[in-house]
This record gives sequence, C-alpha cells and structure tokens, in this order.
Amino acid sequence: MKLTATNLSFGYGHGLIGEAVDITINGGVTCLLGPNGAGKTTLFKTMLGLLTPSHGTVTLDEKPLTNWRREDLARAVAYVPQAHAVLFPFTVRDVVLMGRAARVPAFAAPSRSDIAIADACLDRLGLSHLADRPYTEISGGERQIALIARALAQEPSILIMDEPTASLDYGNQLRVLSHVRTLASQGISVVLSTHNPEHALLCADRVALFHERRIIAIGAPGDVLTAAAIKQLYGVDVVIGRLPGSAAATIAPVPFDKEIHNGP
Amino acid sequence: MTSDTKRPRALWPYAIGLAALALMSMLIGKYPVAPTDLLHATLGWIWGASPTDATVNTVIWSVRFPRILAALGIGASLAAAGATFQGLFRNPLVSPDILGVSSGASLGAVLGIFLSLPVIVIQAASFVGGLLAVGAVYAIGSAIRHRDPVLTLVLAGVAVGAVVGAGISLIKILADPYDQLPAITYWLLGSLTSVTRGDIFSILPALAIGLVPLFLFRWRINLMTLGDEEAKTLGIDTRRLRLILIASATLITAASVSISGVIGWVGLVIPHIARMLVGPDFRRLLPTSMVLGAAFLLIVDILARSIAQIEVPLGILTAALGAPFFIWLLASGRRGWQ
Repeated sequence: MKLTATNLSFGYGHGLIGEAVDITINGGVTCLLGPNGAGKTTLFKTMLGLLTPSHGTVTLDEKPLTNWRREDLARAVAYVPQAHAVLFPFTVRDVVLMGRAARVPAFAAPSRSDIAIADACLDRLGLSHLADRPYTEISGGERQIALIARALAQEPSILIMDEPTASLDYGNQLRVLSHVRTLASQGISVVLSTHNPEHALLCADRVALFHERRIIAIGAPGDVLTAAAIKQLYGVDVVIGRLPGSAAATIAPVPFDKEIHNGP
Repeated sequence: MTSDTKRPRALWPYAIGLAALALMSMLIGKYPVAPTDLLHATLGWIWGASPTDATVNTVIWSVRFPRILAALGIGASLAAAGATFQGLFRNPLVSPDILGVSSGASLGAVLGIFLSLPVIVIQAASFVGGLLAVGAVYAIGSAIRHRDPVLTLVLAGVAVGAVVGAGISLIKILADPYDQLPAITYWLLGSLTSVTRGDIFSILPALAIGLVPLFLFRWRINLMTLGDEEAKTLGIDTRRLRLILIASATLITAASVSISGVIGWVGLVIPHIARMLVGPDFRRLLPTSMVLGAAFLLIVDILARSIAQIEVPLGILTAALGAPFFIWLLASGRRGWQ
C-alpha cells in the first residue's frame, strides 16, 4: 500500500510546524532525520490522520485519509509511539493483543487465533518470556519492543515509528534497528524518525532531512547524509567514513575545540 | 505466573457469597425476623398461601426486599460506572461524578423538594437533571476543538459542576429550614430507607440499557485507557465509543441516584479493590466491580439501619468506610495502577 503526503502543511492551531512536505511511503525503510523538536512527531500524527492538515492532503492508496474508517486504516497503517507508561498493569500479552482491535468484531473479545497471533508477534521479537509480566514492570527498552509487537499484531502494510530508539540504551537501540531491517525484508514499509544520523545510516534505504519546517533533501543515505547536511541540521562539524568491518558508514565529530566552543 | 488472558478466574465464588449476604440481610433490622419466618414467607409467596404473620410478611416483602434489591442494584451500578469512567478518563481517582451526573441529579431533586413536588416527580427531575448536566458537559467538550478531548471533558465537568453546585446552594438558602432543608440534606447524603418495589421497577429499564453496552464493549474499553490518539491508531472510533460509554455510565448513575440520593465513594473505591483482585482487564474488572459494589452497599445499608436508633445516611457511612480504606490503599502500595 502507498501512503502519500502531497504539499502538506501542518501544525497545531495557527502555528505551522511543517510546510510543503511531499513524501511517498511505498516499501523499504525511510528514515526521517531532524533535530529535537523539529516537528517529526507532528508530521507523523498528520500522516496518521490524528491531526488535520492546515494545507495539502494525505492519501492512502490514492484515497484521502478522511475517507478511511479508523478500523480499515489501522489494518493498513500501524503506529509505534515512543515507549510510554501505561496507567493500568495490563500484561505484555494484553497490550500486544490490543493491536488486534481492528480485526476483532466490535462486540467481541480476542479469539484464540488472535491470542496466537499476539504470541507469535512477541516471539518474532524475542519477547515471549515477558508475555505474562505486567507491562508497567518491564524496562523501557522492553516496552518499546512490546509496542512494536503490538503494531505487528495489526498486520499492517506500513509501520510508522516515532523515535523508536530514543531513551533506549546502546544495545537496545541496535536491536530495534535490526528488527526494523527484518520487518522491511518481510515486506512492511517502515518509516521511522530519529535525531541520530548514524541510525539512518544503519537501517535506512532512504533518508529524508527535516529542517526548518521543510524536507530539505530526500534520497539514498550515502547521497543525502553528507557532512554538509549534518552541519546544516545540527550545526556541528563531523567526518563520515567507514571503519574496517563495520556494516555502515560511521559519523564522528571533529575535535571539540574546533567546533563546540564557537557554537553553530 | 499464569496467563490472565487464557485462564479467566471464576466469578461464581463472589456471586455465591453475595447471595448469602443478601439472604442474611433479610433477617437484620429493627423488627426481628427469624430464618423460619423468612422460609414461611417465601413458601407462602411461591404457593400463594396466606401468610402466618402479616407484619413479618410486610417487613420482608415491602420493606427489606426492595431495599436489598436497591442496595444490590445501585451498588453494582455505581461501581460499574466508576470502573468505566476510570478507564475512560485514564485516571484511577475518577468517580462516576466526574462529569457532573450526581450534582445535576442533586439539583433536579433539590428543586423538586423545594417546589414540594410528589416523590415520583422528584425522582424524575433528579434523573433528568443528571442527564442534562452530563449532556451540557459533553456538548461543551465537543465544541472545544484542538485540545485533548478527555482533558477538555474533565475541565468542562468541573465548570458545570460549580454552576450546578451554586444552584443547589441557592435553593438550600431559600428552602424552608424546618421542613424542606432537612429533606434536602438527607437526600444529598443518600438513603435507601423509603425505596419501594415501584421505584426499583422504574429504574430497571435505564439500568439495563446502560449496562448492556458496557458488557458489549467490555474488551474495547481497555484500549481507551491508552489515550485518544493511540486508541485511534489501533482502529477505535474513539469519539463514538467515548460517547456510548459516557451515555451508558451516566444513565445507570442517574437512574441509581434518582431513587437513592447521592451515595459517594462506592464508584471510586470499589473498582480499585476489583482491580487489585482481578487486574485491569475490563472483561473481568466490570463483573467483579459490580459484585463487590453490590456487596459493599448491602453491608453499608445493613449498618445504616442497625448501628443507631436513627437511620444513618449512606453517604456518611460510605465516606467513613471508604476514605480510610482508600488511604490504606495509597499507603500500602497495593495499587492496581501506576
């Protein structure tokens, strides 16, 4: 399925957070890169139909989002919010089962097959051992992966992930990115946001740079993620190169005394 | 640890305990009723035989029976409404009054008492007042866009509740201090003393209409605890479901309050106990809350009619029992929420 934003302007109330955004999600891993507070989350919420665009349209398979029923939309597009606290201590399995809502009849509860699917999703992400634990008592990294499992239980074609690596430790960050690659190889189009350019190099087929309310570049990571682009986005000088044996190029800051003290 | 999803715990031990409690409470009160009296009266009622003791018969069927039924029904309803609102508003400190149903119902009843209207009209005014107050809150909440709809509703509830509360205070000042004011005060504290079988039949349709959707959507309510946006991305039409749930919980609360007056704390404390026992899944939380709410109000009503020479208003007892328990819950850390 194809999720398309055309000439999209968005924001809360009167203030525009983004404008003239054109982007099409149709296969592969797209990484939206931008500094903290740039409006990546707002863009995602607009593309999920949670916020009404100020201008322009979002369509799924050429049909505007407003013409989609929530239930049908949830079968096609899943959203992984940043790992958060749930108020009540549902078990991890119960949380993942909630991903089945769009496929469970309105007055029914999840069936045996729904439970089997939820368990399979937990298994795919290596989280089976936590199935019966309260979601409120597992770690932040485990919650993030449980939320990915919940999104998988929706059996979506498109997966939108909001900073899935934020607030995770180094190992969990790499684990989540490796899951992202696996999902893409299984045919799910993944869009994720991050403020870490190395993560884009690690997992993306395509990188979009979000800067000062606009997408200023979009393309293959090697073409888009240059030292000049990172200077523009974050105001810091870096060198980009490949370490022997590494999977992707690595970004390293130039020595601090040349840059940080002068400021951007 | 066993799987909660695969092996739901049975509710029948609670139900049996509740039935035994209800039976026992038939024997408790100012007028002594022996177990054999109860047996005779029941057999007499079944076979249509003339009762051996007319007074006992009246006490059992016209006084205690409706009163016990009302305690069971109202306790269950308030607990169900409380559990629903706590999930819906994602806040364990929420009670069925959150959107102003009790204050609206109070204004209706207080106005009825002030105008010296017949009891049935006072009850109707209370019911309509409760629905109108929540209707106003919902209308205001829906009119304000671009804000978190749940927070908007709560704040609108606070504002409408304040206006309604001002109206109640005004009527209390204007009311006859010897005749109407005690009646108003008594009503605001809740009581089942004068409940008749007719009262119970009159609210049954509203209770049924309100409870059915809660059972039908018992699983989907879980998703509302995730918040509006997340529930939407999981495929829930949150606006519609929220409206249905608010309407249902309001209907059963307004119907209950219309015959009993305001009974606080049941809808706040009981869902907590239920959550501690069976966890947050609404599929088990709802029936467990209802059974516990029924049992709680039954016990409180037994106390109300037996601990003192006069009938103690229920609101006083539910607060005196509920609040310390609630503090214990907070202090002990045995909470069913984060």
